[in-house]
Amino acid sequence: MKISREDVMRVAELAHLGLTPEEIETYRGQLDGILSYIDKLKELDITNVQPMAQVIYTPATPGAGGSHPELREDIVRPCDFGDAVLSEAPDAAKPFFRVPRVIER
Amino acid sequence: MSAATTWTIAGVRAALAAKKISARELTAEFYSRIESRNAQLNAYLTLAPERAYAQADRVDGLIARGEALPPLAGVPIAIKDVISTRGVRTTCASKILETYVPPYDATAVERLEKAGAVFLGKTNCDEFAMGGSNENSAYGPVRNPVAPDRVPGGSSGGSAAAVAAGLAVAALGTDTGGSIRQPGSFCGVPGLMPTYGRVSRYGLVAFASSLDKIGPLAGNVADATAVLSVIAGHDENDSTSAPVPVPDYAADVEKPVSGLRIGVPEDYFGAGLDAEVREKVEAGIALLERLGCRRIPLRMPHTDYAIATYYILATAEASSNLARFDGVRYGLRVAGATLTEMYRQTRERGFGPEVKCRIMLGTYALSAGYYDAYYLRAQSVRTLIARDFADAFQKVDAIVTPTAPTPAFRLGEKTSDPLQMYLADIYTVTGSLAGVPGISVPCGRTKAGLPVGMQVFGPHFRESTVLQIAQAFERAGGSTI
Repeated sequence: MKISREDVMRVAELAHLGLTPEEIETYRGQLDGILSYIDKLKELDITNVQPMAQVIYTPATPGAGGSHPELREDIVRPCDFGDAVLSEAPDAAKPFFRVPRVIER
Repeated sequence: MSAATTWTIAGVRAALAAKKISARELTAEFYSRIESRNAQLNAYLTLAPERAYAQADRVDGLIARGEALPPLAGVPIAIKDVISTRGVRTTCASKILETYVPPYDATAVERLEKAGAVFLGKTNCDEFAMGGSNENSAYGPVRNPVAPDRVPGGSSGGSAAAVAAGLAVAALGTDTGGSIRQPGSFCGVPGLMPTYGRVSRYGLVAFASSLDKIGPLAGNVADATAVLSVIAGHDENDSTSAPVPVPDYAADVEKPVSGLRIGVPEDYFGAGLDAEVREKVEAGIALLERLGCRRIPLRMPHTDYAIATYYILATAEASSNLARFDGVRYGLRVAGATLTEMYRQTRERGFGPEVKCRIMLGTYALSAGYYDAYYLRAQSVRTLIARDFADAFQKVDAIVTPTAPTPAFRLGEKTSDPLQMYLADIYTVTGSLAGVPGISVPCGRTKAGLPVGMQVFGPHFRESTVLQIAQAFERAGGSTI
């Protein structure tokens, strides 16, 4: 068994997911199956392999040339959509999003 | 026009130019088709008739004034519901965004409308694009128009079904691990995953940012090409969109395929491949050989590790991307006494089972003590998989494989076991991890009449090659092979 009920509860807490006792058992079984399958990655020798950080922007990419063309000039532009954004919030008091008490945990 | 008319982009253009139909009438025809079929198929979640008719009227105005028509003038299209549309509800097929109305358009949507396309509505999909059957939608599954007891594939199942059923001429889907190509294969329509960075993702609700791509599904390869031509290209609002020039795809796809080297990796034809799918794809490769392509046997030794790699990396990124759904800025909020309690209740109620499973898997893989063993190792294996592709493209111009190991399966057949569902992506996730473009093109049907898809991969930014092969294949009768 790769993963226990306690592991599932710890991960759910980290991810801010509330789970029922039945869900905990379901996910324990599913995650256990998936993680057992994923163990096959341990068969490979990765000693001299660089972990991938970017799939496209290697120096060989045409147009990229290592000069960071993906970065644009940092120019201030008007951004007047505060009302539109706040109107989608479940609870807003312009210019704030309102949330329940934060301090007690 | 009869209800049975199969509309293509060229057909729409010709009919509008000849004044056989107006853009408004054509839009109305598509809404009437949707009205008669959507209750059964559940392909659309939200319709946008006001916006569609306003756009149709603009196109009719151009025609009335004798002005030049933009490339997609009057073409009815559908948009997958993970792509933001200003003023039109965008749910990601999730309860957590049931009432969310974006304040802006995705760049791809903006470009389509600028090109004259008429956006009919938003299509169903797996929740947050996580799934391979469209059964993870919070708003019910989509049915496959070819065989309504079967799934349309996923996650872009609504987009594929809408195109296959004639409820849109073309559609935008998104592909993270196969979500355009696999539903294209299951529904019998071409579906293209462009190179990573080829199409702006500004306005796409992120699932796995190192893998997500927007691309077209359409009734034929020429129409997929026409849509790509409009949406491709750098966008300063998406720093991951590539500053690489966009070629003239429409001209490129007309080039002959004779002499092209087609790599056929034996690793994609092993255990687990349905016998009828194998037979059709082999016949498809033989057809390409008759068109003058050279078949080159290949080995891509890390293929078998792609699913494990993908489900670590994609879920890790998803767990981070979906942290934003917390009841503060948009969507659902479920009350709680404290902030943490509110987060927990909101996410418990708002997310469906598969999304929660993936968030937990990703959180686990990134958590202290497991990061090196899972995430970092998977990133290294991703390098090996990308290297398989780079090595292959030293020897061949394109790689041809089955799109999926089976034809469309029955609704409910795989829902109890996520791993079995994941394995349906076995031939598509490889290219996703390598960032290369790939298309699924219809390649005959099984004896039971279910569509089979043949997949063609090309090197980075060589959509032209992929489309060129798919176009020649389609013209030579590949879809009825």
